Amino acid sequence: MNLNYLDFEQPIADLESKIQALCNITDQANIVKEMKALKAKSNALTKKIFSSLSDWQISQLARHPQRLYTLDYINNVFDEFTELHGDRAYADDHAIVGGIAKLDGQSVMFIGQQKGRSTKEKLKHNFGMPRPEGYRKALRLMKMAEKFSMPVITFIDTPGAYPGIGAEERGQSEAIAKNLFEMSTLATPIISVVIGEGGSGGALAIGVADKMMMFKYSIYSVISPEGCASILYKDVTKANIAAESLKLTSKHLKKEGLIDVIIDEPLGGIHRDPDKAKQLLKDALKQQLQAVGDMTIDQLLQARAEKLLGFGKFKE
Amino acid sequence: MSWLKKILPSITNVVKKNIPEGLWSKCPKCETTLYAEELKQLMYVCPNCDYHMRISARVRIESFLDVGGQEEIAADLVAVDPLKFKDQIKYKDRCSQAQKNTGEKDALVVKKGLLNGMPVVVAAFEFKFMGGSMGSVVGEKFVRAAQESIKNNTPLICFSASGGARMQEGLFSLMQMSKTALILKLLSDKKVPFFSVLTDPTMGGVSASFAMLGDIHIAEPNALIGFAGPRVVEQTVRETLPEGFQRSEFLLEKGAIDMIVHRKDLRNKVHQLLQALHG
Repeated sequence: MNLNYLDFEQPIADLESKIQALCNITDQANIVKEMKALKAKSNALTKKIFSSLSDWQISQLARHPQRLYTLDYINNVFDEFTELHGDRAYADDHAIVGGIAKLDGQSVMFIGQQKGRSTKEKLKHNFGMPRPEGYRKALRLMKMAEKFSMPVITFIDTPGAYPGIGAEERGQSEAIAKNLFEMSTLATPIISVVIGEGGSGGALAIGVADKMMMFKYSIYSVISPEGCASILYKDVTKANIAAESLKLTSKHLKKEGLIDVIIDEPLGGIHRDPDKAKQLLKDALKQQLQAVGDMTIDQLLQARAEKLLGFGKFKE
Repeated sequence: MSWLKKILPSITNVVKKNIPEGLWSKCPKCETTLYAEELKQLMYVCPNCDYHMRISARVRIESFLDVGGQEEIAADLVAVDPLKFKDQIKYKDRCSQAQKNTGEKDALVVKKGLLNGMPVVVAAFEFKFMGGSMGSVVGEKFVRAAQESIKNNTPLICFSASGGARMQEGLFSLMQMSKTALILKLLSDKKVPFFSVLTDPTMGGVSASFAMLGDIHIAEPNALIGFAGPRVVEQTVRETLPEGFQRSEFLLEKGAIDMIVHRKDLRNKVHQLLQALHG
């Protein structure tokens, strides 16, 4: 089994390993034709598998170990980036990275959750699970953005806010609540993108936005499929069923009007063509920046308030 | 297992069976047997150990406001099933069951009325309605409560008791957090006071939104208040939790709340503070 491929992608992996084996044969002349045929077959198969992914398969892609993380995008999407550290009160939380960046010449305040790839990085960034000081750093940067009239761009990629003893002691709830409170009327445009995993309140705390975007195979949910399965079915292995129930994919959420834009992904997901994914993200950000830039702050805040108040379905 | 432990459960069972339904009840903490009518007079606080029992939204509001002139707000909102949520029990059936058990349409009750003669709007959670979980109806009712406060310049008081967001409504329920935070920002901009009274338990999405956005945070004694549930925290950090973790007294010590107030003193304390801020 090839670990770069998820279980439902194994037929593609088998084909790719055949292609790889052919590459190693020295008698090139005879195999060119066969290679071409196999490549075409592999592409067609990928297209077929990816045309009907289940919500659980999409959840696996959203959390794929090779999916790009916030720091993988920064240098390609932005022209320059200066990181700003700390909440000025307690610590610098590495689960949230923030600073001043330039997108096509325009200064923006960037804030993103970072998961970390190697074991060492994962520990440093706490698997992308912010503590209160991370949210307070984010708020400090957002208030600075408001003061200097810079749009805020946030990348969401977290399993959730960190459920630790210290985090509770330092007011995880209050930190998240305060961000929602301030972001709801922050007098500057806010654009958010779920690049991988949008884990509940921990995601929303940097995701109250004028333009809410999601990569096609990212997820955004009130509870993780595993958490939902363990509560409803008392069985974590039923996460696949829970994923279908929660309607956590970009397609469902767009249909319900809970997000504004879906950013397309390369065939097979972001990790199959990182450069293309970076370009797609950059183009989407530029387009949305332009859209919010055409509005006055009053219009922007009015639209944001109407949008937030409109969330919810009920009968009267 | 010792011989004592072996026989203890059967003894407790016998005692339980001997109590007539309705006339007597038992303190869940110190197990003192209490006369139901007396307990009601004491607002469901154990006279022996001061344990604050969970009470219904309606008992809470009716005992908090002055007797006359109470008027319910947004009483007719009911949940729909926006996700067609798949579960062993259908979401709609869970809702109807909860409605039958509690007599409420959803997990939040809102009323306007008077507090020692001062006009106020009060919202209270019905914890027995699906664990006081917040879905679209709770969010909308909270917004209507705050809008009433803004319209008439009357203070808003919310008694929270909730396990958090209602997962059967998926992301719709998560969005109630930003929706309620926005309305509190608008209320705050109008300089109308919002008091958050945290009762047992206040967790997750409710704690991480309006319950922690009060001008004043008051907790009842020994209420469980936090973001993640204690079991989740314990499983994550794999160590024993500190004594009294996430209880009101712990939060007071850590600086998260202004004060702890005994249920019998709540009316007068809230009124006194509101007069100072808004009189």
